[in-house]
Amino acid sequence: MSILINKDTKVITQGMTGKVGQFHTFHCRAYANGANCFVAGVNPKKAGENFEGVPVYASVQDAKKATGATVSVIYVPPSGAAAAIDEAVDADLDLVICITEGIPVHDMLKTRYRMQGKRTILIGPNCPGLITPDEIKIGIMPGHIHKKGRIGVVSRSGTLTYEAVGQLSALGMGQSSCVGIGGDPINGMKHIDVMRLFNDDPETDAVIMVGEIGGSDEEECARWIKDNMKKPVVGFIAGVTAPEGKRMGHAGAIISGGQGGANDKLAVMEECGIHITRNPAEMGRVMQKVLKG
Amino acid sequence: MKIHEYQGKEILRQFGVPTPRGVACFSVDEAVAAAQQLGGSVWVVKAQIHAGGRGKGGGVKVAKSLDQVREYANQILGMQLVTHQTGPEGQKVRRLLIEEGAQIVKEYYIGMVVDRGTQRVALMASSEGGMDIEEVAAHTPEKIHKVWIDPVKGLTDAESDDVARKIGIPEVALSESRACLQGLYRAFVEKDAMLAEINPLVLTGDNHVRALDAKFNFDSNALYRRPEIVEYRDLDEEDPAEVEASKFDLSYISLDGDIGCLVNGAGLAMATMDIIKLYGGNPANFLDVGGGASKEKVTEAFKLMLTNPKLRAILVNIFGGIMRCDVIAEGVVAAAREVHLSVPLVVRLEGTNVELGKKILAESGLPIISGNDMADAAQKVVAAAKGK
Repeated sequence: MSILINKDTKVITQGMTGKVGQFHTFHCRAYANGANCFVAGVNPKKAGENFEGVPVYASVQDAKKATGATVSVIYVPPSGAAAAIDEAVDADLDLVICITEGIPVHDMLKTRYRMQGKRTILIGPNCPGLITPDEIKIGIMPGHIHKKGRIGVVSRSGTLTYEAVGQLSALGMGQSSCVGIGGDPINGMKHIDVMRLFNDDPETDAVIMVGEIGGSDEEECARWIKDNMKKPVVGFIAGVTAPEGKRMGHAGAIISGGQGGANDKLAVMEECGIHITRNPAEMGRVMQKVLKG
Repeated sequence: MKIHEYQGKEILRQFGVPTPRGVACFSVDEAVAAAQQLGGSVWVVKAQIHAGGRGKGGGVKVAKSLDQVREYANQILGMQLVTHQTGPEGQKVRRLLIEEGAQIVKEYYIGMVVDRGTQRVALMASSEGGMDIEEVAAHTPEKIHKVWIDPVKGLTDAESDDVARKIGIPEVALSESRACLQGLYRAFVEKDAMLAEINPLVLTGDNHVRALDAKFNFDSNALYRRPEIVEYRDLDEEDPAEVEASKFDLSYISLDGDIGCLVNGAGLAMATMDIIKLYGGNPANFLDVGGGASKEKVTEAFKLMLTNPKLRAILVNIFGGIMRCDVIAEGVVAAAREVHLSVPLVVRLEGTNVELGKKILAESGLPIISGNDMADAAQKVVAAAKGK
């Protein structure tokens, strides 16, 4: 088993016909069962056409009706990406994964407000997506570094997630699912939401949680873990050396008002029983040690 | 993106927030002429730099004659103003705001931020105006009142008056405080701000409410639709290396160490800085080359890092995902040749086609030190920077 997606998931790609969408759709279809999973694209101007045999529909609603897909992935450029999320939510999909980087924060505030009371789950924006190894990959991560197994990975960053996955795979520890929740301040699923799913997943034995400076989502997740988590968690926070007031690439990665510093986050995580490491090269080895007891 | 106080006040006025009358000036003569034009007998001479804490640093003076305006303008214009936000080197003052004086009875604080937790715009208001609001939040949090604003309803009259009463604005001034609070909210939303502060908002002797300061920080992701905000950009207030980097779509932040870092991805870039520190070195910068580390981008990144006279070594840490390591290696080799790299270079590649990438580096004839993994690379670059 896995969380959120598996080999039977049917996916609509919003923004499939653009350069980025085409590139990643190609790679997603080439991974594991991808050819059977990515069943539709959306572009109102290109309805009726296809990309490598994947039909293009005018709307998410049309694509859902025609294919029975329940998940969408979004590569639409920033100015239209929030509206693309709105469309997927209005079509009542189960899950929407927004890869797009650079969406204005006020657009996301409106979109998240519209999502209140709706059942659609959002991952991202500004995220690498998620993968269940050897079954399906939805997003831009390199499939080949993953290995099927029983460790869950949840992270706010892209390449640092690959780093964690790469270490696990090199040490022979496969992954159940890996979720990149994205680096923006206003986003969908947070660490805590993904952690709940891993806790309930019988095929996940332990979780690596990768965070970074800014906000307090990691602290919130840590406190939940202390009270509820039945499985060991290994944690790393990027940005111990980041100065206050400087935005480190991601819109959300900034220490402001003395809040969101990496050391504070690590301290709370440690208090809550998470096996923290301050060395990003040691995430895999710490997990190995924890599992060996 | 930050702007100056006088620009912030221009925006506030567009949204109906009352402010003192003022004129932005670039010379002492302009400052005196501005004071004459404003009239009255008291003026405030205010240094315009993006950093806060200007008053304490000597960048804000009250003048009671035109001669004093001249004297203070002369003092402040061109000074290196040091505040708790500028760092010890300070920031050169190139612009002044000359403003009519106000008779201040009471100072308040109002501010807005995008609150991650509630995913709303949060209004914060306090009776403790003029102070460092972070101090107030740390020591007397009960003195900060918050309203999480419904994006459909906006900031209602009732919410506005309620928070105004809580911070002690008198009944007679409530309609003006509403103009301030609601105007600030509309400016915040309609101009795509991430942070806005009026500190202090003041009550004058004749019961008027005025915004005496204005601080804005705008969402850089929304600047494409806010050309009028881009017009306000002042490159003199930004780090030249960061400005240069932004031209090439590189995300670059100068730090005070001596090991340059070139990484793909913000999280991995921060982690790379952290691991350098962990092994006893000091990062010279944060640099995220993004998803496509082309030869051009890597070359520009090298050039940027090499402008730092303290630079002793460079670490390239790339986790090639979809991007192939051989392509990156070719980019690194070409860039190193083009800039005639004079400091040790450690390269750690991981991901697709990594063996081919390493081969290209090894066969380049350049003295590139190969790192096997992140820890190995960090240890090697720290040693190289120390001349070992």
